[in-house]
Amino acid sequence: MFGHSGSSRSRVALAGALSVGLAFSLTACGGDDKDESGATTDTAASSIDCAQFSQFGDLKGKTVSVYTGIVTPEDTPHKKSYEPFEKCTGATVKYEGDKAFETQVLVRAKAGNPPDVAFVPQPGLLKQLVDTGKAVEAPKEVADNVDKWWGKDWKAYGTVNGKFYAAPLGANVKSFVWYSPKEFAEKGYTVPTTLDELKQLSDKIAATGSKPWCAGIGSGDATGWPVTDWVEDFMLRLSGPDTYDKWVKHELPFNGPESTAAWNAVGDYLKNDKYVNGGLGDVKSVASTTFQDAGLQILEGTCSLHRQASFYAANFTKGTDISKDGDIFAFYLPGKDTTTKPVLGGGEFTLAFADRPEVKAFQYYLSTDTWANVKAKASTGWVSANKGLKVENLSSPIDQLSAQTLQDPAAQFRFDGSDMMPAAVGSNAFWKQATAWITGQDTTATVNNIENAWPKK
Amino acid sequence: MLSALLLFAAVLGIILFLASRVRGKRSDNAVGYLYLLPVVLMLAVGLVYPGLRTIYESFFDARGSAFIGIDNYKTIFTDHDQLVVLANTIIWVVIVPLLATAIGLVYAILVDRSRFESFAKALIFLPMAISMVAAGVIWKFMYEYRVDQPNVKQIGLINQIIVWLGGKPVQLLITDTFKLNTLLLIVVFIWIQAGFAMTVLSAAIKAIPDDIVEAARLDGVNPWSMFVKITLPSVRPTIVVVLTTIAIGTLKVFDVVRTMTGGNFNTSVIANEFYSQLIRADNQGLAAALAVVLFVLVTPIVFYNIRQVRQEA
Repeated sequence: MFGHSGSSRSRVALAGALSVGLAFSLTACGGDDKDESGATTDTAASSIDCAQFSQFGDLKGKTVSVYTGIVTPEDTPHKKSYEPFEKCTGATVKYEGDKAFETQVLVRAKAGNPPDVAFVPQPGLLKQLVDTGKAVEAPKEVADNVDKWWGKDWKAYGTVNGKFYAAPLGANVKSFVWYSPKEFAEKGYTVPTTLDELKQLSDKIAATGSKPWCAGIGSGDATGWPVTDWVEDFMLRLSGPDTYDKWVKHELPFNGPESTAAWNAVGDYLKNDKYVNGGLGDVKSVASTTFQDAGLQILEGTCSLHRQASFYAANFTKGTDISKDGDIFAFYLPGKDTTTKPVLGGGEFTLAFADRPEVKAFQYYLSTDTWANVKAKASTGWVSANKGLKVENLSSPIDQLSAQTLQDPAAQFRFDGSDMMPAAVGSNAFWKQATAWITGQDTTATVNNIENAWPKK
Repeated sequence: MLSALLLFAAVLGIILFLASRVRGKRSDNAVGYLYLLPVVLMLAVGLVYPGLRTIYESFFDARGSAFIGIDNYKTIFTDHDQLVVLANTIIWVVIVPLLATAIGLVYAILVDRSRFESFAKALIFLPMAISMVAAGVIWKFMYEYRVDQPNVKQIGLINQIIVWLGGKPVQLLITDTFKLNTLLLIVVFIWIQAGFAMTVLSAAIKAIPDDIVEAARLDGVNPWSMFVKITLPSVRPTIVVVLTTIAIGTLKVFDVVRTMTGGNFNTSVIANEFYSQLIRADNQGLAAALAVVLFVLVTPIVFYNIRQVRQEA
């Protein structure tokens, strides 16, 4: 069956040497995380009060590992904002950014190899992670901070089964409509303050022969998600936050009258040939245009309005004037009337899997107003709902607008609903059906299909 | 990582050491089986156990906690969306092998013994070297649609040709009338696979004994009879191997669909649906059932393929 050649002794020696050599050469390819950053602003090393960490004892030489989906280039300001903490305590923060974070973090938690701290971008995932039994409740110091600096709604999103686990970290505002202030000034349009005015403005622009809105929901295999934000925004505005909460928890059916009304209201914009799709085609082109590309039509002058979250600012080329009187800016997607101000948004939460003193100290630091301001100085395109965040510390006008929107006492903040629904709905049926809905499926069939996708209790 | 590699080196060392100690008349076979041992072990841990585990999990619910019998399979064969997925997979597995093999065969015969044979073969073989994701991206640009307005230029070649011919640009990847978008995805896969078919079949054609071909020529057969009576029977076993090999690849198609449409607009196939159910919808049970269905579909083709390869050898 097999040939037998050469001296067996020497063969063993050679093979052993080869395989060991192979082992070493392969491990040499392991990852040293090189910190590559173009722009560095040296604001993070500002002095902070070190006395606040004394309650956690001596942390010199200790290490805290952080695992997150925040990758380059947004990771640089994060790392910079930890420096004051490291200087004060002598502890080291080991940062690991991973694009596949959302699937990997669950795998790691289940396998008993979790990081010390994870930045979790969705309450739904937070609950899954707590359900693995590996997460630890937030220390009292952190809970006190959250009580002090955040609204009750935010604390509730970090709470699972009545226990408080995760303090909020960053945030974004989804209820924004991007527009061109220059175009508005030129043509005499005014920023609408109610949904009716938004409709009137759309009709006014449509009457001039151009399409007012541009939209795109293409996003690879996540195609359809931008529609979920539209529907959630209108759900909040037409039925109010309390109904919205019930709808997210599925205490109200997805194919009920409230939900259907929200879909139809969105359809009046997104499935209306008079309104879309400025410079991109007919209604169907909403499904084939990527969400990154759609809003750029405003700069082309082929469309005037684009509803997308605050993070959309990153899609404009460097040098675009994003400000109140500039080429592009955003206004708050108005409420039903001027008395209510529902704000849809997202954000991430700090969940710990260890309760060593250095981990507690780091969690504490991230939940202070001190960190929020250090981070604000170190970055652009980042905000927090932390009430201690000073708006003047934010460098870009759109970040300032986001922070003001979040801190507005009248604002009723609600988290992105699809992020809180079970995955079968929130990241599958809702997206897919919304895509089918744009390409022609009627509203009734769409809401029925999503209702049917809801996991049976 | 390092410890795993050291372990690997150690295991290898031990096996080789044992092999060197074996003496006697049957030593050759013993050494052979010893060398097979790591592979068998790895297959058991990496293939057989996960396979059995997948079959087991396919009878459980989304979380993998409650036994629900054959409900997942019921879903696959009754739910409207899942039936579309099955139908698409069948369309793929029927069209791709046939067309890719046919194109490869015709091409191989046409360029056989021509002056620029190697160049012509390189041309059709090149797509094989491109990853499926890259091919998906390239063809997505080919099918790209731009709005029909006087100041807007088409950037997709296909739509530009349509415009040159006086038509209006079409939303190619969104239109599912007559399965248009699925067929357009199939074109991409054929583009990748035809080169493989051509290469293997070309070798088979060259292996036809010269004296048979000479004899036929002396008898004065026309090219068509030559093809039907000489070439085709001679390369028939190879055609079967090529067909089945491409069919196996087609059943597992995933990258092209995911890159180009993400499975939207009624273009999803089993492998893509399996991925969405596992990673996005968090439905472990249904994903496992889809994987089992795929396995069941591919198994007979694999067996047939192996049998043919053996007969040929």
